[in-house]
Amino acid sequence: MPKDHGIGASVKRREDIRFLTGQGRYTADIDLHKQTYAYFARSEMAHAKINKIDTKAAAAMPGVIAIMTGEDFVGMGGNPAGWYIPSRDGAAMKEPKRPVLAHGKVRHVGDAYAIVVAETLEQAKDAAAAIEVDFTELPAIVNMAEAVANSANRVHDEIDNNVCFDWGWIEDNRAAVDAAFAKAPHVTTLELVNNRLVPNAMEPRASIGDYDAGTGDYKLYTTSQNPHLTRLLISAFVMGIPENKLTVIAPDVGGGFGSKIYHYGEEAAVLAASKAIRRPVKWVAERSESFLTDAHGRDHVTRIQLALEKDGTFLALRTETMANVGAYLSNFSTATPTFLHGTLMAGPYKTPLVYVNVKAVFTNTAPVDAYRGAGRPEATYSIERIVDLAADELGIDKVEIRRKNLLTPDMFPYTSPVGLVYDVGNYQATLDKLIELGDLAGFEKRAAASKAKGKLRGLGLSTWIEACGIAPSHLVGQLGARVGLYDAATVRVNATGTISVMTGAHSHGQGHETVFAQIVAERLGIAESAVEIVHGDTSKIPFGMGSYGSRSLAVAGSAMVNAVDKIIAKGKKIAAHMLEAAEGDIEFADGKFSVAGTDKAKTFGEVAFSAYVPHNYPLETLEPGLDETSFYDPANFTYPAGAYACEVEVDPATGHVEIASFTCADDFGNVMNPMIVAGQVHGGVGQGIGQAMLENTTYDANGQLLSASYMDYAMPRAEDVPFYTVDHSCNTPCTHNPLGVKGCGEAGAIGSPPAVVNAVVDALQRGGYKHVTHIDMPVSPSRVWSAING
Amino acid sequence: MYDFEFVKPSTIAEATKALAGDGAQALSGGQTLLPTMKQRLAAPGTLVSLNGIAEMKGVCKGDGGLHIGAATPHAVVAKEAAAHYPALAALANGIGDPAVRNRGTLGGSVANNDPAACYPSAVLASGATVVTNKRKIAADDYFQGMFTTALEEGEFITEIAFPIPQKAAYVKFNQPASRFALTGVFVAKYADGVRVAVTGASNDGVFRWKEAEAALSKDFSAAALSGLTVDSSDFIHDLHGTPAYRGNLVKVLTARAVAAA
Repeated sequence: MPKDHGIGASVKRREDIRFLTGQGRYTADIDLHKQTYAYFARSEMAHAKINKIDTKAAAAMPGVIAIMTGEDFVGMGGNPAGWYIPSRDGAAMKEPKRPVLAHGKVRHVGDAYAIVVAETLEQAKDAAAAIEVDFTELPAIVNMAEAVANSANRVHDEIDNNVCFDWGWIEDNRAAVDAAFAKAPHVTTLELVNNRLVPNAMEPRASIGDYDAGTGDYKLYTTSQNPHLTRLLISAFVMGIPENKLTVIAPDVGGGFGSKIYHYGEEAAVLAASKAIRRPVKWVAERSESFLTDAHGRDHVTRIQLALEKDGTFLALRTETMANVGAYLSNFSTATPTFLHGTLMAGPYKTPLVYVNVKAVFTNTAPVDAYRGAGRPEATYSIERIVDLAADELGIDKVEIRRKNLLTPDMFPYTSPVGLVYDVGNYQATLDKLIELGDLAGFEKRAAASKAKGKLRGLGLSTWIEACGIAPSHLVGQLGARVGLYDAATVRVNATGTISVMTGAHSHGQGHETVFAQIVAERLGIAESAVEIVHGDTSKIPFGMGSYGSRSLAVAGSAMVNAVDKIIAKGKKIAAHMLEAAEGDIEFADGKFSVAGTDKAKTFGEVAFSAYVPHNYPLETLEPGLDETSFYDPANFTYPAGAYACEVEVDPATGHVEIASFTCADDFGNVMNPMIVAGQVHGGVGQGIGQAMLENTTYDANGQLLSASYMDYAMPRAEDVPFYTVDHSCNTPCTHNPLGVKGCGEAGAIGSPPAVVNAVVDALQRGGYKHVTHIDMPVSPSRVWSAING
Repeated sequence: MYDFEFVKPSTIAEATKALAGDGAQALSGGQTLLPTMKQRLAAPGTLVSLNGIAEMKGVCKGDGGLHIGAATPHAVVAKEAAAHYPALAALANGIGDPAVRNRGTLGGSVANNDPAACYPSAVLASGATVVTNKRKIAADDYFQGMFTTALEEGEFITEIAFPIPQKAAYVKFNQPASRFALTGVFVAKYADGVRVAVTGASNDGVFRWKEAEAALSKDFSAAALSGLTVDSSDFIHDLHGTPAYRGNLVKVLTARAVAAA
């Protein structure tokens, strides 16, 4: 019988009851006394000089309480980039100020230049439309190659050629890599685009600013994946509100996928407006605003080369990438194309020499930042596409070329040529599991059946790793991070023995309330129903860096485990006093503190009660209370890995691609809740299929977003994805955190896109369309048909 | 959305009167109009709902074939036309999602004449008669280009009469985002010949592919289409397909519709 509770059990998600019955409480559900409504006036031009903004007529309209423009925020700081990335020639990173509201210029369609606050939303909208603007339109900078080539046309006047940085990794290896290429028996070259994505969280962004004139306290309700980071950015960089006077609350949040990591100008604007009018100010984004202003994902243009022996042995790999950062630097935007991408370019392979060059480029488009996987999908896609192309060029089987080059279990810990130390893994095991589960041996038979229906069947593989559990502060500090990436937890045992766990992780769909309770309950030997997980409120949580980078369990979970261990240690002291025994003789198991070798014992509940009713405590040696906090900073990243297989059927007459099957063999280390892990993989692969087949963000030459609604932006739907086969039995537990966990949230989105594209190219190759060696994502029907007929 | 007046007449006569007023706009299922109003791209002074008019609802057989009230939602057509005109019912069942099919109406779709809508192809391929509050209009005269029809100011569709074909099929290739027809082809075979109507492809909106009609009228088989050409010079070019791609779809989908009919 599988376990029905505790670690490793597929406990049903407790939070789903409120989500599925409409009882969730999101920011938009919160209404405060005397609340007002904000609407942002946004640029319809991609690039323009602001000559004048006249708000006089608008301010006189019915219900309007206040209008603020960029002028009103000139004294405030900019919203900063979290990572400092110098160029390979030593030049400093270009960091233009990102103001709360546009000032001087508007730099992308949707760039907000005024906040209008009124008694009703309709009044605020009416007034926003009445603001008179005098803008001089400037040429839009949209295409990265043109942006870099053109020094006259600049997104930020002070930044020549629109280049934020030109980064080399690892610069000292460059000559050796080039030398290996010069004498390599075979070189495969591929140019590819990693398509820009709109995050499309189900819940649009929303913020309520609430200033208390009596105390001078500010409260911000907002859709955030990391309320403490938002508080820190507002306090230390943008508004200068002391942290002790600012509370940030991220209640139920309906998905983030990265887009809600960042601090956005709207948050500062509603706080400032609330202070100005001494009433709460509420803003909820419309879906169109989400398309235009949420930080987008991906958007790399890459040239990648792989040098090989004729037998398929990888000798060296090098890439040149242009990464679009959009009009302003979002908080993680400089880290995503560099330390979350360049450091992954060795993949799961033994490739001894790797060199990565990334130019980050400003354009008149929405800011681009981390989106589920963040840099690692871009790395994995480039690697896995060129591995397939090289195999085709050399006539080597796609499984064999991977097996030949995968790291072997005896090589761990493995120091990669791009600066990471993989602690543990067994990539052969997941590949073997994939071959078995995906019945790769039966492919030819299935291909014949497809052919009989007039379809072309293809098989695409992807063997991937990622670095997550973000992140060891000592390491990221060396790599340019301006923050630490530890996390914190408080475990508070209440007098009646129930537990409140305050975690710095933030759940916006992941199921933390269930899994964290499973872990705490098992370690304390108590019922899961006695454990409450509290998150998303800076006034309740000791500190936290939030949820992204598949870090919640590996980092915040580790802090929680350490805090539980402190509770047990304190409980032993209390039990020793209660049982009149030496502390060293107390053992804790199954929810009981007992004296070793005797039947003398106190239950966890008895110890908890005693901690809060300390009638006879030796107060010099034993404090009352049972409440412990732990901060955990990981020693290393964690390295989940896996092997994916996608089978497609292509209709050559229309270019339509159907995913016939998708199989995943993953190594996530120890698994806490298999059902939730499977759900995370399903969701991640679904998003990867979305990127590979459907989603595309297109700006025209004037910087207008063409794919600005669901009429043109294709999201994956149930009928677009197959029933997945997922497995996570090939586990090599992480060596450096107490639960042995690696993280699973991003894996599907990282590993799946190349499997899909590899499968489509494979189908066309097998179908005789030998000229098709690559199709850029999304592999839409028209692109596939055009490739066939091209 | 801006403020507007709302009236809901219960007869065609009342609706005709209401729509004669200044700034009046007919509202059927609202699947296009309401999102447009929400985005403040349309601001009619008065919405005249056609949803409370009993004589504009329902599906029944009559002299002109299958008569369908203009205010009949797609879901009802899907159900009630199935026994009489399965291809038309299947088309209705493939529009949008259940929410759209339960609000959107035949008349609303045909009056809007979106170049990627499904219904116009059925109306045109069936040689249907568009009945309005003022007159009867033959399908061939009704569609006059993208979002353009023969309807005059104050005129609205009350019913469409579809002659029932011997054989018919509609094959639609979904636009990946909207699931409108990237291209859709309706083929209908009558005793006096075959009609082929194409939606989603042309900048001119729904059109008849007459070359295919001639070939299929002689030989109703997919093979009869080989060698035919589609003039895609004025086809739609957007994020989801080139004119050449749509031209290919017209041929492929017509053949599939013939095979399915």
